[in-house]
Amino acid sequence: MSKYNVTRRGALKTGAAAGAGLALPTIFTASSAHAFTNEPTGSTVTLGFNVPQSGPYADEGADELRAQQLAVEHLNGEGDGGMLNTFSSKALDGTGILGKKVTFVTGDTQTKSDAARASAKSMIEKDGAIMVNGGSSSGVAVAVQGLCQEAGIIFMAGLTHANDTTGKDRKANGFRHFFNAYMSGAALAPVLANAYGKERRAYHLTADYNWGWTQQESIQASTEALGWETVENVLTPLASTDFSSYIAPVLNSGADVLVLNHYGGNMVNSLTNAVQFGLRDKMVNGKQFEIVVPLYSELMAAGAGENIKGVLGSMNWNWQLTDEGSKAFVKSFGEKYGRPPSNSAHTCYAQVLLYADAVARAGSFAPCAVVEALEGFEFDGLGNGPTLYRAEDHQCFKDVLVVKGAENPTNEYDTLEVVEVTPRAQVEYPPNHPMFGGDEASLGECNDGA
Amino acid sequence: MLGLNSKDTMLLIVVAFLALAAPFLLNPFPTNSSLAQFNAGYPDLMQRFAIFGIFAIGFNILFGLTGYLSFGHAAFLGVGSYAAVWMFKLLSYNVIPAIILAVIVAGLFSVLIGYVSLRRSGIYFSILTLAFAQMSFALAYSVLSNPKFNLTNGETGLQVYGDDPQILHREGLPDVPHLFGWAMRDNFLELEVAGWEFTFNNGYYLCAVILLVVFYLAIRLFRSPFGLMLRAVKSNQQRLNYTGLNPKPYTLAAFIISGMYAGLAGGLLAAMDPLAGAERMQWTASGEVVLMTILGGAGTLIGPVLGAGFIKYFENIFSKINDNVLHQWFAFLPDGMEDFMVFIVHPFVGKGWHLTLGILFMLVVTFLPGGLVEGGQRIARLFRRRGKKTDTPDPEHHPKETPHVAE
Repeated sequence: MSKYNVTRRGALKTGAAAGAGLALPTIFTASSAHAFTNEPTGSTVTLGFNVPQSGPYADEGADELRAQQLAVEHLNGEGDGGMLNTFSSKALDGTGILGKKVTFVTGDTQTKSDAARASAKSMIEKDGAIMVNGGSSSGVAVAVQGLCQEAGIIFMAGLTHANDTTGKDRKANGFRHFFNAYMSGAALAPVLANAYGKERRAYHLTADYNWGWTQQESIQASTEALGWETVENVLTPLASTDFSSYIAPVLNSGADVLVLNHYGGNMVNSLTNAVQFGLRDKMVNGKQFEIVVPLYSELMAAGAGENIKGVLGSMNWNWQLTDEGSKAFVKSFGEKYGRPPSNSAHTCYAQVLLYADAVARAGSFAPCAVVEALEGFEFDGLGNGPTLYRAEDHQCFKDVLVVKGAENPTNEYDTLEVVEVTPRAQVEYPPNHPMFGGDEASLGECNDGA
Repeated sequence: MLGLNSKDTMLLIVVAFLALAAPFLLNPFPTNSSLAQFNAGYPDLMQRFAIFGIFAIGFNILFGLTGYLSFGHAAFLGVGSYAAVWMFKLLSYNVIPAIILAVIVAGLFSVLIGYVSLRRSGIYFSILTLAFAQMSFALAYSVLSNPKFNLTNGETGLQVYGDDPQILHREGLPDVPHLFGWAMRDNFLELEVAGWEFTFNNGYYLCAVILLVVFYLAIRLFRSPFGLMLRAVKSNQQRLNYTGLNPKPYTLAAFIISGMYAGLAGGLLAAMDPLAGAERMQWTASGEVVLMTILGGAGTLIGPVLGAGFIKYFENIFSKINDNVLHQWFAFLPDGMEDFMVFIVHPFVGKGWHLTLGILFMLVVTFLPGGLVEGGQRIARLFRRRGKKTDTPDPEHHPKETPHVAE
């Protein structure tokens, strides 16, 4: 065996040495030629779409991917143009970005910080992606945002709702189009007070991780400001599938509202348990017992089925909105895929257009130029009405939807109905808000990379 | 050489060559060709090959030699990573203290878990280690990350912030993990040769050198009297007991060594990318290293490294093939055929990479119970048989020779 190895090794070694010799004159050409990381030099530009394709949020990831593919088509002038036609900025003309055709690579985040960073790294190091878009978890968003900051490319988070993404973990190269837990609280509390009265006693069940805590903190603060009382906050392990043992004590606590700070499968299970226990038919303190789910998604709504009827919650965007942008997007998405888009799909789609537009307005792919173009950018026509990308923390400000489970769904996608569109002014907060890292939180410097 | 016999020296040289020439070997296709999709020679993946190679070598010292199947090895990888990031936060971005502390902490942690778990063997041992690992995961994910006592930063993952003390950090040192100013993420050389691109990354070469050192240590351990004792534990623990030897200290020592290997891998992971997430400790991560070892060949020296490379390759390369890429590949076919081919291949790439890996794993376990190494041996035997016929042992010889576990 060794005999063969020697000769093969010899051959390979000679080859390698010859290669190195040939290449010597071109050493360092790669690094010196670029003004910033992955500067596109050919006729195409590559975007990286990093979404969960396996694991608990795989369906959401699949929908994000569909939306991003659609966005690329629209940028390249294929299809009907979707929201490009309603977008208030007209810098994009359907010839790609700055005349370069848009291509994309995809990766699987597996909803794990590690895997997400690995796949984002391979997009940056191997495929030459100029920006990374998408994702479906706050932990992943923060992890990938940090990576993109170090590598010197733009990151646009997908579905991430924890305050930290644009709070204490905010980064100059990262932007978030999605709303956050604070906004959910601010939008939801007045509606809750109107619907259920100001003298309510709330019991929180909270998923025991970062997003759950910030969500609970936000809802508690904004409901207490309106006169509610918080009876108790119980943390539930993320891996729980049966919440009955957590539901039973709710009945004896004297609380008359149950707030489920759960997401995805957790929420589907806890809500189903709560309904099975007959919580919603109970009368406590002379009032009808109510359940609240602060953050909704279409998938959760579909998973929980009948049980969500009339349950209030908040959302970033919904396909039933009737503004021109939303209608155009729903139409082109529906024509291509035969189903309405989810709210994370909308976020990812809008972010691709916004990134492309920022590059076009800046006239450069350089991350710092793009950051400058996006900071403080006001626009309209991408759904949710007039929207601002705030310069101080790169959080997007727009109207927030309060929704409830549809009472009489007319088809399988009609699971949620919009109760109120909370105006942007009501969900705004100062960039140094204590829930967002206070005065210490800073974006740092934007990074162009090598 | 170095106290090794000629066969082992050869093996070490082969591994050294593979590790040091990896940037060439893993990028066999020109950058602009359609096969460039299969290139694996970019820094992040090469680092992962080396790091998970180390992890699997360590796991194999326990599983391959003593036969104790630990289903919780990822816990050591995780604590190693956390320890390393804490060193970054408190001391400086230099990777040396981080890696050293990672190994020490993982070692201590494995003393604790090993002492309890090794009171049982077989399936009970596996379950105990699994339980400990899941406990560590739950602790890291939520319990130890509450706002009052934040050791792990939960779901977000532990990372370095601008306001961390970093008492040894000085002006002029890079703000990313470095080895005395040598930033891990930088490439010291980028070659462009007629369409090919080769990247030589600082971090990768650090991992590769450490891989070679620990690989050498593993060879010495396999060939040592201690290694022989571990094999005795595997073949028949009862017999060992009757000869008056207490196997416990040996197994515990093996457990700790393999825990330290895992800690080293965890520390290196953090050194390449300064973020430690709790998912590193999840049972899927523990299962992964078991798969790597079995896929490559349990009990063999080079097998685990091959298995690690194999799995990481699938995870990072196959998962990125999407329908667009497939359409490009099959573009030469007529439209109907193209869509049909994409339809057939689609479930096995992209998000379906788990499926492909699963099928391959089943094939390997069914037809090559000794893993990839057995495949290699069969091919080699085929060649040898063609060369000189006398090499095959007497077919009538009884009892049949059993292959040595270390082969």
